[in-house]
Amino acid sequence: MNKFNIENLNIWLGSTQALKDVSLQIATNEILSVIGPANSGKTTFLRTLNRLNELELSFKMQGLVELEGNDIRKIDPEILRKKIGMVFAMPLPLPLTVFENVAYGARMHGQRNKKKLFEIVERSLKQAYIWEEMKDRLNESAFKLSGGQQQRLCIARTLAVEPEVILFDEPCSGLDPISTAKVEDTMVELKKSYTIILVTNNVKQAARVGDRTAFFLSGELVELDSTQKIFTAPVDKRTDGYIRGKFG
Amino acid sequence: MKRNPLRTQKIAFSFLLFSTLLIVLPVGFIVVEIILKGLPAINWQFLSDMPRQGMRAGGILPAIVGTLYLVSGAIIFALPIGVLAAIYLSEYAKDNLLNRMIKLSIVNLSGVPSVVYGLFGLALFVVFFKFGVSILSGSLTLGIMILPIIITASREALEAVPQSFREVSLSLGASKWQTIRNIVLPNAISGILTGTILGLGRAAGETAPILFTVAAFYLPRLPKSIFDQAMALPYHLYVISTQVPNVNEKIRYGTAFVLLVMVLFMNLVAIIIRSQFRKKKKW
Repeated sequence: MNKFNIENLNIWLGSTQALKDVSLQIATNEILSVIGPANSGKTTFLRTLNRLNELELSFKMQGLVELEGNDIRKIDPEILRKKIGMVFAMPLPLPLTVFENVAYGARMHGQRNKKKLFEIVERSLKQAYIWEEMKDRLNESAFKLSGGQQQRLCIARTLAVEPEVILFDEPCSGLDPISTAKVEDTMVELKKSYTIILVTNNVKQAARVGDRTAFFLSGELVELDSTQKIFTAPVDKRTDGYIRGKFG
Repeated sequence: MKRNPLRTQKIAFSFLLFSTLLIVLPVGFIVVEIILKGLPAINWQFLSDMPRQGMRAGGILPAIVGTLYLVSGAIIFALPIGVLAAIYLSEYAKDNLLNRMIKLSIVNLSGVPSVVYGLFGLALFVVFFKFGVSILSGSLTLGIMILPIIITASREALEAVPQSFREVSLSLGASKWQTIRNIVLPNAISGILTGTILGLGRAAGETAPILFTVAAFYLPRLPKSIFDQAMALPYHLYVISTQVPNVNEKIRYGTAFVLLVMVLFMNLVAIIIRSQFRKKKKW
């Protein structure tokens, strides 16, 4: 079953066309890696799925994006974003304590019960494999954590809302190799219950984590296939060149 | 003669220093003068008594109380409206010609001479709304005068909150208002309060806006309701300095000293609030 169905998606940000006629399906419980050089439209693609692009005043969209058969433009952004969580490129804790960061989403959706909130926080931190490090630091400011811890806290915060899909926007670009490995392990583990779309600058990361891989270049979807195929026998020359590190 | 960069720097440096001193010295001189001549007049009777003998003796209690009333009235009126307007302008308003014109006129409004606000208050509140010459009219006039200051400061404070916080909050399914209420406002509050208090400092010291709308030449009692006239420190100072002959210099400087301390105190509060919040700021 397909989670997303995207047909002929065109996106403009101001006068530049960020995505050109992109069509693809994303299956439930798969990890789709999206690779491509800077300015290839990867992040724009991601932010279209949870309608975060619409914050840009110059944003214009044509085409169809369906979540389980429903046009996302007809879904309330709040409900859509509850279903589609996002982890940003930089660790972006809110200026709150560790606990309040994780509890934030649930609070906004009306959960007031302290015991329930604590359960949610504990479960989410465990899911993001950071509970052991965090359980004694719940009341500290999230800004006191290390970069890697902050990013896993952000993953926990996203999980706390119980989304169906998680969008990762280059989640390891600011992290050291050890933190990166931890975040990658988390993603593979999460795949069992979530659909994951991972935008990454790191080709090796896409190869390690993704079930399928999509290659974007200048706003076009050049190639989409199983990760193994993309990395061993890509059809398009440009894909081959990018993976071998000839450009980008 | 060969150019000597070191000497050029020294000359430039002395010019910069000179200009700075030119600004600071007169202010410092005024403050010292007021403190030296005003401080001896300050005693409990001066602060707590009515003016006597045609304001040539006694205290300035009604003027202090009047100014406190006016400042409180102005803040009750201007703070909520100013903050709400700033939230609208920085968070909700689309970037179109109309809104850009509104923003520009608000910035320009803070440059309008205060006597114009006084006339406006006279026409609107005193005459049109029939509030009469009263604390209500004066507070509203002062409130309108400091609105642009509050709106501008609040907008800057709101816009200084990183966009990424908003995106994170929205991405978790929070609504726009929840995001503003829980993330943006708590992080902008120090800037908003600082701007408000600086605006109040200005309101406390202005004479022109209260001249036609509230200020009484001489009232031997305290105001009983917001529809009463009241005395106010800046106007009282004007009166005893120019309108009443033979007022002891000590009383004039004492009044100026009290006004100065009130305004400085408000600025001090603003500075303390800002540094407290800055310590708590976590990004």
